[in-house]
Amino acid sequence: MGILEVKGVNKNFGGLKALDDVNLDVQEGTVHAIIGPNGAGKSTLLNALIAKLEPDTGTISFNGKSLLGLQAHEINQIGVCRVFQTPEIFPDLSVLDNVMIPAFAKHQGSFRLNPFAAVDADAEVTERAHEVLEDVGLTPRKDFEAGSLSRGDKRRLELAMALAQDPKLLLLDEPTAGMSRADTNNTISLLKHIGETRGITKVVIEHDMHVVFSLADTISVMAQGHVIVEGKPEEIKGNPKVQDAYLGGAHL
Amino acid sequence: MFGLKQKDATLFLVVVAITALAPFLLNPFPENSELAQFNAGYPDLMQRFMIFGIFAIGFNILFGLTGYLSFGHAAFLGVGSYAGVWMLKLLSMNIIPAIIVSVVVAGVFSLIVGYISLRRSGIYFSILTLAFAQMSFALAYSVLTPITGGETGLQLALDDPRIFGVAQTADGSIPLTNFFGLEMRDGIEIAAGPWLFTLNVGYYLSAIVMLASFYVAIRIFRSPFGMMLKAVKSNQQRMNYTGINPKPYTLAAFVISGMYAGLAGGLMVAMDPLAGAERMQWTASGEVVLMTILGGAGTLVGPLLGAGVIKYFENIFSKINDNILYEWFSFMPGGLQDFFVTIIYPFIGKGWHLTLGIMFMLVVIFLPGGIVEGGKRLGRLFSRKKAEGGGSDATPAASPAE
Repeated sequence: MGILEVKGVNKNFGGLKALDDVNLDVQEGTVHAIIGPNGAGKSTLLNALIAKLEPDTGTISFNGKSLLGLQAHEINQIGVCRVFQTPEIFPDLSVLDNVMIPAFAKHQGSFRLNPFAAVDADAEVTERAHEVLEDVGLTPRKDFEAGSLSRGDKRRLELAMALAQDPKLLLLDEPTAGMSRADTNNTISLLKHIGETRGITKVVIEHDMHVVFSLADTISVMAQGHVIVEGKPEEIKGNPKVQDAYLGGAHL
Repeated sequence: MFGLKQKDATLFLVVVAITALAPFLLNPFPENSELAQFNAGYPDLMQRFMIFGIFAIGFNILFGLTGYLSFGHAAFLGVGSYAGVWMLKLLSMNIIPAIIVSVVVAGVFSLIVGYISLRRSGIYFSILTLAFAQMSFALAYSVLTPITGGETGLQLALDDPRIFGVAQTADGSIPLTNFFGLEMRDGIEIAAGPWLFTLNVGYYLSAIVMLASFYVAIRIFRSPFGMMLKAVKSNQQRMNYTGINPKPYTLAAFVISGMYAGLAGGLMVAMDPLAGAERMQWTASGEVVLMTILGGAGTLVGPLLGAGVIKYFENIFSKINDNILYEWFSFMPGGLQDFFVTIIYPFIGKGWHLTLGIMFMLVVIFLPGGIVEGGKRLGRLFSRKKAEGGGSDATPAASPAE
């Protein structure tokens, strides 16, 4: 049994079948990539996982516990964490504060009334925040206002925010979109490094096949809201169905 | 120091020093000089500086940190005032129970209003709070007259059934509010040459309460709780996906600021034991918004400065009438004198709101960070000049949002 199980999930937007009987079984400790052409329903699926939208039918369970009916912050608190495609940060706060917040969330739960505590009183939280900034290489920028970072740095900050929570399952929505080749390679090695040291299970949505094939243990291919093929990278590479879905027959 | 970082401790000590010396600092002009009307160092006004300072500090915890703009905070001040007067009527003329009950009652009321209003954000939240405040005002003015005194307001009477203490003093008058026997009106007057300074018990008591409130606000600003409130303002949606539930945070901020308003209301009746419905009117709610923005929303001292400036204008500018203006311009020939008086007259006396309005617009347009930002810009200007002259390293670093 996988750490994340999606069974028979449907979602309609008006007449459009955004998710059509989607099944997914993500094994603990692996990197599971979801690929597919634009509009295949990949981001919709991630949204359903973190309660950003509610599926019409089907079940989603994490470690045997149903995620349906939980609020977004509750899903996050049990260890499912998402990195957004367009950077979602706290633009008016410092880079350090941006990672302190998820570190606090991990440490003190979804709410704590501690108006008289000092921000840096909890050494564990502070250490954690500095550690993840070091991991993504943002330590020199820690006092900058987060909104002033470049787009690439904002994406690294997002990743750091997710890591600060020490998630069990990390959902990555096109982690390298819009990055240069060098940045992409950095991100790949960073994600690999995290995988090795922390053993975080990852679900990655990605268009860049270079990224997919260098990271993924398993690949699910989606088209028109449906998972058409699932398998090991080498099985996917030559699969004619996948090539049909993507490019109408052209080679990947 | 006091659990504060160096910078905050310095700021706090400066504010302590200024409030302690305010009776002297605010009376710079000799008693009988023409400029004496600009003196603000009399107890009544200085108490108001402190009380509205507390009100604005509390409002800033909600508006400045979370960005939720409440247009109904005067309701909490009003409710606190009524509760305070009732304690003075029923329990004792000691102000401590009155103030404590004011805070508690305002806290409970703000919990109810906040719980309902915080279901919406943005303009809808503002409208909901405004609606609550106007309802409270209307109720206090009409239906609740037995509790609030309606149009005449709630006052002490000669037959109040006071449990601890007497209904009347020996000479048949209403007893005065006191702090364990120390009457709020007491004080000493110091005549130094032509100057006259008043050190008033009521002022110093308000000042201590204000300083305590200010200290608590600094602690809140620098706590993880405060950081979460700033995160609400910055990107509330994101908090959910970071495992944080923003709702209890905003509600806590709302209740804390409501309690600050109740504290201000309680202190108001401690200084002058009467409460009227007009304290809850929307103009009063709007005033605290002006104070906070004028001084600098989200900054530590901003609300205090804003409250001071607005109360100074309200009390000093409004007193200047056309006779005084004629006197000022008496050195001019008749026609010119009339001309200048006619031009300036709309901006003073009853027209002080016009001056305030213009000042407010200028601040919002040119100094969105309020007086505090103005001060910072001046500071930077000076440090740059110094750097050019002496070559010291004054780097205008991109500072994190305060």
